[in-house]
Parts: sequence; C-alpha cells; structure tokens
Amino acid sequence: MDNRSERYYNLYRENIKRISRNSSPYINSFREVAIGEFSRLGLPTKTNETYRYTNLDTFFSHDYKSYFMPVESDFIKAEEFRCDVTDLDAHGIVLLNGFYPTIRDKLRQLPEGIWIGSLNEAARKFRNKIEKHYGRYVNGNSDGLVHLNTAMASDGVFIYVPEGAVLKKPVQIINLVESGEDIFNQHRNLIIVEKNAEITLIICDHTLSPQKFLTNGVTEIYVGENAHFDIIRVQNEHNNAAKITHTFIHQERNSNASSNNITLHGGLVRNSTHHFLGGEGAESHSYGLFLADKWQHVDNFVNVDHAVPHCTSNQLFKGVLDDMATGAFNGRIYVHKDAQGTVAYQQNNNILLTDDAKMGTKPQLEIYADDVKCSHGATVGQLDDNALFYLQSRGISKREARLMLMFGFAHEVIQNIGVEALRERLDNLVMQRLKGELSRCASCMVKCG
Amino acid sequence: MLVIKNLKAAIEGKVILKGISLEVKAGEIHALMGPNGSGKSTLAAVLAGREFVQVLEGTVTYNGRNLLEMAAEERSREGIFLGFQYPIEIPGVSMVNFMKTAVNEHRKHRGLEPLSASDFLKLMREKKELVEIDSKLANRSVNEGFSGGEKKKNEIFQMAMLEPKLAILDETDSGLDIDALRIVANGVNRLKRPDTSVIVITHYQRLLDYIIPDVVHVLYDGRIVKTAGKELALELEEKGYDWIKREE
Repeated sequence: MDNRSERYYNLYRENIKRISRNSSPYINSFREVAIGEFSRLGLPTKTNETYRYTNLDTFFSHDYKSYFMPVESDFIKAEEFRCDVTDLDAHGIVLLNGFYPTIRDKLRQLPEGIWIGSLNEAARKFRNKIEKHYGRYVNGNSDGLVHLNTAMASDGVFIYVPEGAVLKKPVQIINLVESGEDIFNQHRNLIIVEKNAEITLIICDHTLSPQKFLTNGVTEIYVGENAHFDIIRVQNEHNNAAKITHTFIHQERNSNASSNNITLHGGLVRNSTHHFLGGEGAESHSYGLFLADKWQHVDNFVNVDHAVPHCTSNQLFKGVLDDMATGAFNGRIYVHKDAQGTVAYQQNNNILLTDDAKMGTKPQLEIYADDVKCSHGATVGQLDDNALFYLQSRGISKREARLMLMFGFAHEVIQNIGVEALRERLDNLVMQRLKGELSRCASCMVKCG
Repeated sequence: MLVIKNLKAAIEGKVILKGISLEVKAGEIHALMGPNGSGKSTLAAVLAGREFVQVLEGTVTYNGRNLLEMAAEERSREGIFLGFQYPIEIPGVSMVNFMKTAVNEHRKHRGLEPLSASDFLKLMREKKELVEIDSKLANRSVNEGFSGGEKKKNEIFQMAMLEPKLAILDETDSGLDIDALRIVANGVNRLKRPDTSVIVITHYQRLLDYIIPDVVHVLYDGRIVKTAGKELALELEEKGYDWIKREE
C-alpha cells in the first residue's frame, strides 16, 4: 500500500468505533472485508486502466478532516434550499456534508407507501430489504474507492419504493457541502425500486463555502421487474472541490432505467456509472454532459453489463472544454456469452474551445455473444465553421452564433431529461455557464453564497 | 443597389473569379447561369462574406458601401440574404430559437425593440403559410433530418422572415421536384417587392419559367461571357453551354 492509501487505511482503524456506532450490525459486517479489499487495491492511480486520464494525487494528498456523524451546524436554512429550480415540485431531502442536518424527518413516508430517509434510521424497519440489497451491487468491483466507501461511510439516503408504487413527483436530494474546515465526506445511498414501481430521483451537488472538499459517494440502486427508474445528477461545485461518485444500477427483467450526469462546475469530478442488465428485456440509458474550464477536470466512466439476452443500452456523453480544462470518457460495453439479441449503442462527442484543452476518450467493447447489434463513436473537435457561417449569414453575431452552437450541442443531452421544469432550468444554467456568468453556486438564489 | 467591378477571387490559392463586373439595380431580377465550376457559387460566397474565399482584386459596392469590409452578419442585417445550395444541419438548435435570434438582431440593427413572444409566433405562422412549409418543421432543430426539398423551402422561409433587399439564391432549384420547385418559386415571387432585387443562380431554365428574370448572365471560367434578356435562358436550354464555350 502506498503512503496516501495507508493514511486512509489508518483513518479507518483509528475511527472504526465512531464510524460504526450508528450503523446496523449488517452494514457494519461489510466493513472489515471492505477495508481489506481497499488495502489490497489502494487508491486508484493512472496505472489503473479506468483512471488512465485522471490523476487523483493532488486531491488525495491533501489533509482533510473527516466526520463520522452529523456535526452541530447553524445551517438551518438548508430546508429552504431547492437549487432554485423554479416550479420543481419535488419531495426534498437536504443533506449537509452527507448527513441529515436535523433530527426530524429522518425517515418519512410519502404517498403510495414509499419511504425516504437516512440509511441508519431505516435499518430496523427495513432490515430485510437492506439485507437483501445492501452491498450486493458493488460486489466484485475493482475500484479501491468503492471499498473505502463501504468500509467508512456512516450514513446516507435510503429510498424504498414498494411493488406497484408510482411516485408522480420526483425526489430531490440536495447535497450541500459547507464547513469552516477542509473536509472529506463519504456517504452511502441505497435505493430499492420494486416490481412495477416508478420513481425519478434528482441529486443536486453544491458547495457553499470555499474550503477544499473531497467527496467519495456510492449509490446502489435496485430496479425490479418492469420498474422504471430515472436518476439525474446536477453537479455544481467550486474549483477546490473534488467529487467522486459511483452509481450502481441493477436491473431486472423488462425494467427501464436512465442515468443523467450533468456537470456544470467542479475542480475534479469523476462519475462512474455501472448498469447491470440482469433480466431479459431490460433497457438502460446513460447520458452525460460536462462543461469545464480553467484547470477543471471531468471524467466519466460508464460500464454497461449485458448479462442476459435481449437487453438494450444506450450511452450519450458530451463535453465542452475551455481554457486548459481536461476531460475523460471511458465507456465499456460488456456483452456476456449468452446475451444474444443485445442492442448496445455508445456515443461520445467533445468540443475543445482552445488548443490547451484536452480530452481523452476510450470506447471499449467486449462482446462474447454473436447475435448482437453494437455501435460506438467518439469525436473530439472544434465548432463547425459551416454551421457558424450559416448562423452569421442570418444576421447573428459570431459570439452569439458560437453560443448557440455550444448550447445546441449540450441541449442534445439535456433534452433527454424527463422533468420539464428541471430541463428548462438546466437549459438556462447551461446558457449562463457558456456565457461565463455562472460563478460559484450562482444557481442558488436562496441563501447561497 | 449592387455594383461589382472587376472582381477577382481565389480559394486556397486557386483563382476562381477572373474579373467579374455586374450591376444589379433596385427591383431587378438577375439570373446567373453557367456550367459547373464556372464560379457561380464562389461569387455567392464572396457576396455573403465567407472567409475562405480570398478577394484578390476589384470592388463590390452595396447601396454605396464597401461590401467587402462588412462582416457576414452585418451584410445580413443590411438586407443581403443568401439561400444556400446546401443548407447546414444544426442539431440541438431549434428553428424557433434560430429565427427569433436572427429576427431580433435585425430589429436591433434598425433600432427596434425585440418582438414579443406572441408577435414572433404570429410572424412565424404567417410566413410559414406563405412558403407552404410544414408546421412541424419549425419545431425541429435547424434542417436536421429535413429532406432536400424541405431544406430548400426552409431557406425561402428564412428569407420570408428576414425580408431582404437583395436575395441571392444559390441553386435553390437543384434537387427539387416540380411541386417543390413551384412552391419555392411562388415564395420568392410573393416576397418580391418593387424595390427589392434577386440574383438567381441556376443551371436550368425551368426555375426561370416561374421566376422571370430581367437580365440573364452566363458565367464561364470565372468571367461573365454573355449578358442578355430572359430569352438567353431559353437559348441555353436549347443549345446547352457548348456554343458559349466555343465562342470563347
């Protein structure tokens, strides 16, 4: 184990009592195995194929403070916070540094028998459900950070959508990071969507103070037979923040799941999204959009596992990189031997606005079945001169024409978002971002820096 | 309105226009004909302000101003419209947003307030009817997935929205079936006002059955080799371009 990894290993050893104090015995039972895996794998480095374009050193060498239970905070305004998504009618959950800032409503019931709340709080009431799903979908992962999370995360969000329940309004998790100290957060979410159920989840990531932050979050999602699940992640953090997310979506027969990662701002962002198609007729969509400038770095890793026949998957990731920003896309489609009739598409398009911006893109197709339809494509380029001229020839200034083209490029990802109010809001935010008007957290009108 | 004098221009070092002189007066319709590679589209590109064409010599004056010094967007705002031979597809940019931006840039240039959303939609509706364009097309991304005919109709629709003083239609008729051709030509005729001018670039006489030119020019090897009335187009239709080449 290298020095940096050892520091995190020691952090675990020194704090294991505090880490496990509020968690259920079942969740705690994973910790020792996980830290063992972490000590074997260590923190990812560039020699790890899936981190080839991403250097975590700078962020992981820094000294952060870690908290393993909620810290008393005067941040009582959190409840008012709604990301300024106008007209977004959602069931809200506000987390501060990965924890529920208030005691009340730690576990509450929504219409149709749906429950949302803290994972620790749900441990007793949903013991069977948690024991059936927790830790199952990350199993076998080779990323040391996933295991570090399993070992050390002390709470997170739990959502339970019982069979046949359809939630009309989306659930919105607002992840706020705010502290007077530089901190390292790890949280762990578990979402269970049973047979024929339907839910949309929006996750908004924001930083509210200028300190250095590092977040390593894991979300496990079970999508039952014929169930429908959408997750939309909107990331808007400052340049001193590093955000690492791991999302595991496990799909049963005839289910439909989509993931949408919109990265508007952030120092280092690394999203890994894993789609496991485990039942025939399942359909998955993975979308991503990132806009980066200055020294920002955004990396999307997508892994789609076609484990059974007749599933469909689709990936579309787009990036606009300005200044000396860097980006990475690594998309893997794995079609197992018996997964005949697989249909899998992958597309990654990037625009570099300067000579210093860089993009690494790497499609990977591993196909062991013979009756499949797969395609992939990747482009890295500039704005299309012919299109620019076409707009100018109608009286639109060059500056405005460039903006329209970049916006149009980005909109192709945003248009896939099913929540209309969010889609409109994102169109606005992207436009502001492209105009250079979206500074730190400018999206938040409410008590937000 | 438009005076071109001894215009010479090159693309990537290759001289294409070898001294063109032409005057278009307000209200006139000019047809520019000629075989492939004679320089018709290059001339249109120079007039619209494409940067990849280098002007080597000569002048172009538009309503008393030096056109060659004006940026492409300024030419448009001053009333020049280019109907593209190959209209560009722009995914993600809606026709509505595109036209709203363009119309309001034109209005700003004339010192007018932007149109309200409802006035703008009303204007779109009127103009759509004028060029018989399918309503659905206006809700899609610019030219994306449009058929060849739809793209050409869309050019005329944009022309209707921007009401130019000088329209240059670069082979707007190519690839159109007879119904689409009639619709496009009718659109142009309805948009024509007594003081506006049109330059129609075409290979074929058939468009000129609908849009009757005042003057027909034949371009060959970067020069205008013949200028006459509308009967010249008929003669070309009958005899082809070879006799012109031979006269050279």
